[in-house]
Amino acid sequence: MIKTQGRIFIDIERCKGCGLCVLECPLKILVLDRKINTKSYEYVQITKPNECIGCANCGYVCPDNCITVYKIKNNMENFSI
Amino acid sequence: MKSINNTINLENLVYTKPSLMNSNITHYCPGCSHGVVHKLVAEVIANMNLEEQTIGIASVGCSVFIYNYIDIDWIGAAHGRAPAVATAVKRLNPNKMVFTYQGDGDLAAIGTAETIHACNRGENIVIIFINNAIYGMTGGQMAPTTILKMQTATCPYGRDISLNGYPLQISNILAQIEGTCLVSREAVFSTKTIKKSKKILCKAFKNAMSGKGTSIIEFISTCTSGWKMSPIQANKWMIKNMLPIYPLGVLKDK
Repeated sequence: MIKTQGRIFIDIERCKGCGLCVLECPLKILVLDRKINTKSYEYVQITKPNECIGCANCGYVCPDNCITVYKIKNNMENFSI
Repeated sequence: MKSINNTINLENLVYTKPSLMNSNITHYCPGCSHGVVHKLVAEVIANMNLEEQTIGIASVGCSVFIYNYIDIDWIGAAHGRAPAVATAVKRLNPNKMVFTYQGDGDLAAIGTAETIHACNRGENIVIIFINNAIYGMTGGQMAPTTILKMQTATCPYGRDISLNGYPLQISNILAQIEGTCLVSREAVFSTKTIKKSKKILCKAFKNAMSGKGTSIIEFISTCTSGWKMSPIQANKWMIKNMLPIYPLGVLKDK
C-alpha cells in the first residue's frame, strides 16, 4: 500500500497566531493551543503529525512564511515516524 | 528516525518560503492579506527569472515597507504617484520589469488621476492594487472603496449614499480604458484563489515584458485591525459582504 506522508515545520517565532492555516487544513490537525512565543502570540501546532498528507494548504495561506512542507510517497511497511 | 531524515530533503519539498523573501518578520497585523500577496509577487518574479530586472514602486500605506521584505530594487513614491514614477522608470529602462504595489487609499483616492492617465497612455507596467475597503495604516477611516453601511472611524453610523456616495469600482473604470490589456479582480482567502491569482499575476508580468499595455490586478483583501475583527471573522465577512459588490474574475483580457 502506498501512503502519502507529509511533514510540516512551523517557525514558531515568525507565527502570529492568525489561525488561517487552522481553518484551511483539510484534516483539522493544526491547533492554536495556549503556548506562546517570545512576542506573546499564540503559535500554531500540529496535533497528529502522522496524519499530515502534505497538501501544503497551510503553507499557501500563511501570510508570514512560517510553514515549510515536505511530502513523500512511501510503502507503509518501511515507513514509520 | 531514519525515515524522517529521508523525508527532509530538497526533492520532497512541496512548499517553502519564496527565495526572494528575506528573513525579516513583517510588520503587518496577524492574518493580513499583504503577506500572501507579497509571497505571490516574490514567487512570480523568481519563477520568471526577473530578479535582476525587476523594479518595484512602493506606495504609501501599510505596504510602504515592502522593500524590507522582498529583495529586488525598489523606489518609494509620493502618495498616489506610483504609476507616474513607474512610467518614468519604464520609459528610461524599457528592458526592465516595472510594477507598482498600491492600496486603495493610494490608487483610488489620492492617485486616481495618475492611475487613470498611466492606464490611458498604455504604459507597459503592472499595477497591483490591494483593496481592503478602508484606510488601514492611518487608523481605519472611510476609503472611496468602502462598501455601503460599513462602519469606519469617519462614518461610525455606516456609509450613507446621500452623504458619502457609492463605493468606487475603480477596476471597472480602468477596464473601459483602451490602454489596459488585462484587468482582473482576485482574492487570497483560500488555496484555490491563491493559485488562481498566481497564474493571473504571471500573465500580467508577461504582458508588461512583451509591451502589450497596462495590467491591473486587484486583490480583495482583509484589514483585521481596521475592521476590528479576528482574521477568520474578517475572511468570512469579506466573502459575505465584499465579494457580491466586487465580484472576482477577469474583467478585461486582450
